[in-house]
Amino acid sequence: MSYISLSYWDLALAAVLILANGLISLWFRLGLEKSLLINTARMLVQLSLIGFVLKFIFAQTSPLWTIGWALLMILVAGREVMARLTTRLKGWWGYGIGTTTMFFVSSFTTLLAVGLIIGPDPWYAPRYILPILGMVLGNTLSGISLGVETLITTLKRERSSVEARIALGHKRFEAIDEPLRQALKTGMMPIINAMAASGIVSLPGMMTGQIMAGADPVEATKYQILIMFLIAGATASGTLLSVVGSVWRLTDDRGRLRLDRLE
Amino acid sequence: MLKVRDLKVHGLEPISFDLHEGNVLVVRGPSGSGKSLLLRAIADLDETSGSISLDQMSKDGEAGGHWRTRVRYLAAESGWWLERVEQHFTDLAAARLLGKDLALEGKLFGSPVAHLSSGERQRMAFIRAIEDGPAVLLLDEPTSALDEEAGQRMEDKISALQKSGVILIIVTHSNEQASRLATHVLTIKDGAAKVVSA
Repeated sequence: MSYISLSYWDLALAAVLILANGLISLWFRLGLEKSLLINTARMLVQLSLIGFVLKFIFAQTSPLWTIGWALLMILVAGREVMARLTTRLKGWWGYGIGTTTMFFVSSFTTLLAVGLIIGPDPWYAPRYILPILGMVLGNTLSGISLGVETLITTLKRERSSVEARIALGHKRFEAIDEPLRQALKTGMMPIINAMAASGIVSLPGMMTGQIMAGADPVEATKYQILIMFLIAGATASGTLLSVVGSVWRLTDDRGRLRLDRLE
Repeated sequence: MLKVRDLKVHGLEPISFDLHEGNVLVVRGPSGSGKSLLLRAIADLDETSGSISLDQMSKDGEAGGHWRTRVRYLAAESGWWLERVEQHFTDLAAARLLGKDLALEGKLFGSPVAHLSSGERQRMAFIRAIEDGPAVLLLDEPTSALDEEAGQRMEDKISALQKSGVILIIVTHSNEQASRLATHVLTIKDGAAKVVSA
């Protein structure tokens, strides 16, 4: 495989494009210049550092470094889920539900991929585990946050209908049936739509990368299909677990609705 | 008999009282004094302390859902979860019959919930609350959205339930309604609740 290495001058040239954003912001007085500047700088620093960190971890090829870095990725993804919610569960649960779910779902799918399907030698080769985990996490985190966010906003909006059912003697999962279905649907929709669009409209990122690095497009597609399946499975089970977990927390063993457990 | 002992409702002193079959307790007090919270506590919709029992059945010894089929709470604002009214009833024929008593036309049952007026929804929710024959009814302002005619019919229905042995606890802002229905009155004043015979 061969690819064309980029010089820093090449990047500087591309950076000119970001000026377009700044000009639009100034022209229409959007007030975005400051956050544009800060976030561009953030991206630069984060991505350059990650390049060096990954280079270091790849050079170690030790299970400890790989797993340690994987855990850090999961923790950060959990924080991102929490940050995307407009209303969170109180206490540990606000961070815990999303993070725990992602821990189980993403490690299961990633280990399935490297252990049984791809089979790199050694199995903990960071070159495979970490990018796959990253792609799985990135997608499950949006499924989980969409699902839980929908659940919470629907429960708040539909409180009187849910409580009417509870007052009529319906059991907890019966009474929240509608908000639950709404939440699961919303959480799983993006990945289903992504499968439809991928191919002609969008060449998914991983496949693009492999092709530019010189891989045979047919081989790259096979990897992309594998990833799509992993992502779809992880998103569905992650959304289910986190939404059901949130329902569990937002109702109690007396069958009551417990919106007081929200911040 | 409904036995309430040391029931702790947010912002109120612990409340205790007994009600027998056919008793109607009217709850009086200024807005925001905790009248609705009292009803919710009895229906076990909020976390509270204290004990409540109905005949041999104690609230905490039963599954929440079972308690609430015997002790039925009807909120001031009715809640609906399916599109059409009729989908919310278990026995539609019986519900239609009750509807006649409350001046609800039969065709309303087939309508989408959103097409009903608030008064129609209030009466429909009342029918839904009594269709499975609860022993205790907790009514939060049951006639607030009704005109005089419909309100009268609702009161007649409430009196009929009382005669059949249902225990009722009713929150109302109307003095006339209170004096017409009450066998007992619970007055909330300065955080203390007192029950007296009417």
